[in-house]
Amino acid sequence: MSFVEYGDTIKDGDTAIVFLGHESMFPVKVQHGTVTQTKYGVIRHSTDLIGKKYGSKVTCSKGGWVFILHPTPELWTMNLPHRTQILYSTDISIITMMLELKPGSIVCESGTGSGSLSHALIRTVAPTGHLYTVEFHQQRAEKAREEFREHGVEHLVTVTNQDVCKNGFGVSNVADAVFLDIPSPWEAIGHAKSALKAEGGRICSFSPCIEQVQRTCLAMEEHGFTEINTLEILLRVYNVRTISLQIPDLGKASEDNSSIGFDSSNPSDEGSPCTNLQQGTVQFKSGVPLREMVGHTGYLTFATKSLF
Amino acid sequence: MEADTRPGLRICEGDCAVLKRDDVFKAVPVLRRRKIIFEKQWFYLDNAIGHIYGTTFEVTSGGNLQPKQEMEEAATETKEAGTDNRNIVDDGKSQKLTHDDIKALKDKGIKGQEIVQQLIENSTTFRDKTEFAQDKYIKKKKKKYEAVITILRPSTRILSTMYYAREPGKINYLRYDTLAQMLTLGNIHAGNKMIVMETCAGLVLGAVMERMGGYGSIIQMYPGGGPVRAATSCFGFPKPFFNNLHEFPLSKVDSLLSGTFSTESLPSEPEDNALVEEESNGSIDDKQASLQETEEESTTETAMESNQTEEQETMDINAEDIGFKENQEKENKENVREKQRKQQERRKKLIETAALLREKNADGLIVASKFHPTPLLLSLLEFVAPSRPFVVYCQYKEPLLECYTKLRERGGVINLKLSETWLRSYQVLPDRSHPKLTMSGGGGYLLSGITVVLDKSKSDSSSLEALTMDEPSSKKRKVQDLHC
Repeated sequence: MSFVEYGDTIKDGDTAIVFLGHESMFPVKVQHGTVTQTKYGVIRHSTDLIGKKYGSKVTCSKGGWVFILHPTPELWTMNLPHRTQILYSTDISIITMMLELKPGSIVCESGTGSGSLSHALIRTVAPTGHLYTVEFHQQRAEKAREEFREHGVEHLVTVTNQDVCKNGFGVSNVADAVFLDIPSPWEAIGHAKSALKAEGGRICSFSPCIEQVQRTCLAMEEHGFTEINTLEILLRVYNVRTISLQIPDLGKASEDNSSIGFDSSNPSDEGSPCTNLQQGTVQFKSGVPLREMVGHTGYLTFATKSLF
Repeated sequence: MEADTRPGLRICEGDCAVLKRDDVFKAVPVLRRRKIIFEKQWFYLDNAIGHIYGTTFEVTSGGNLQPKQEMEEAATETKEAGTDNRNIVDDGKSQKLTHDDIKALKDKGIKGQEIVQQLIENSTTFRDKTEFAQDKYIKKKKKKYEAVITILRPSTRILSTMYYAREPGKINYLRYDTLAQMLTLGNIHAGNKMIVMETCAGLVLGAVMERMGGYGSIIQMYPGGGPVRAATSCFGFPKPFFNNLHEFPLSKVDSLLSGTFSTESLPSEPEDNALVEEESNGSIDDKQASLQETEEESTTETAMESNQTEEQETMDINAEDIGFKENQEKENKENVREKQRKQQERRKKLIETAALLREKNADGLIVASKFHPTPLLLSLLEFVAPSRPFVVYCQYKEPLLECYTKLRERGGVINLKLSETWLRSYQVLPDRSHPKLTMSGGGGYLLSGITVVLDKSKSDSSSLEALTMDEPSSKKRKVQDLHC
């Protein structure tokens, strides 16, 4: 397996995802002789994992079972250990498309943070592209390098430990796209511009605060970026539920039929796809929004560098 | 210089390019001496050939393109401006230049910038406007009179935005951010073996192909006679990308699944018919025109023409028309042979594709069509390997509710999620930042999930799902590794 290539069977050294049920999963480093505890019991890597097909059901010692999934950047994003606030797949999706990333693309990113976006970028530019990622925190940079190694993608990424605002990305005129998720992106716009190819490229800056966005847009304009465009994207999830609503008892119509308005003794027409399962209820399927949803992650500002 | 000749860098004849003016896009074939109409302007692309993509041009009075010169914005001297609009009366008489005056200026060949300057000077209320209002006024006039066109290389970003703005009906109102989600949720990347079922004029297929970079393979399932790939040809993929693009008719899926597949009755007719019927793709006006030309000229020539590459590049067809006319009789005989040969080839390809499907090891499934998603998913999922993502798009929520329910009954899928994305654009200006006035009301819905090994004993998996459905969403677990 690797994060950039599918494999069929679980191997020693793989990172696999253990799925226990709705929204409940965690990553696991597959190793001979190792044991993993779950609420359904113990999973022995040597017998239960290694050699099994990804997507298999594995029964744990207490009798319950789990599914073992092939890792993907999206699953990694949902399960990785947070060292910083991370970007989730909703933002990652639109970033990837708006930066026009594809196999062979060269991307620059700062800060690396917990590597959520990094993994997604590496997956997209593989096998012929490259990610240059800059992180000013020494331990985080080292942890990122370690993870990329473990996940079999180190040949596709270069982690540099420096301050992008002072020293840039470490490369010039090679990038198709630059991504910034740092406190003061306007200080890095100049470096971003020089990292981008001479004939042009795309840039994206992610900032939680509108004030940051304002400064960044100004800086982009001053540096000659065009097509500057700021947007935000939010995910709305729906739970599929079968709902039963009671029909209210409006009483009976009186015998002399002097009822004003409609005739309540008339059984309601059920031409719609609802069914009366029991006396006085109507059932239907609904996509019910969650009680709470993410209301804000950050503003995404995109722009183009072009010669003309 | 090596850099100068890199493929895709410069505008070449035969390319499909996207014209952009402000927020309006239009895809056009790059051909010499071909008149283009775009945003009320007429011009030829000849002068653009050879320039780097991304170059901005102005339209000269002769209908030619000329790279825009870097103009220094006139230094803003302390502009006279008012504080608010309490005394500004909109009587429609504040602009002293008449419609004819402006026309005269345009005819004289005066540059847009100069016209805007004239409009400002002849506006009685301009100096009373606030600075912001003046800014807004100038921007508005510039937009109208300083017509600059940028020529862009097509990409998923550009084409999906264009289609959503111009012809959303062709793509089932799939908004570009929803498409972006599909590509990521589906883990589309180089090396995959993908199954794609779409009726979005080939836009979704093109997006998938772009993210696969020519690596791996794609099997496109299609309804009717043949797949529509109008939008796909806009991407300008190099030929090798199409070597591993296969197609398979939906009408044969059932037989394939039940083991009774045969190539006896092939779907009625090759792609050119399907193409002509189904796509009146207004966003490529020129292509439409040439399609009609082709229809008129070639009655017996259909066999020959369908022998072109799958995408029906009508640009190529036009060039060959001239040769055809001269040898019509000889062509007729050869046509029959060609037709037979083509039939054989199609049969052979179909068998190969069926074999690929039968392996049941696809790395993912993408569905985005006008059809009800449930039957598509239930059958096409059979071809997907376990532990692989799938994404279904539907313009409406309700069919996905049903799909979700049926999938739960079927089992073999986990992590089902029904979602939509909400997209909002912002105007960012000093002291004037706010969300833009209008936003898209809806961009469609997605149902996504991951396949798992399908339990033969159905009750097993459905009880797991029943358990998981009732389970409240647990807190995220940290990495747990215990060494014994």
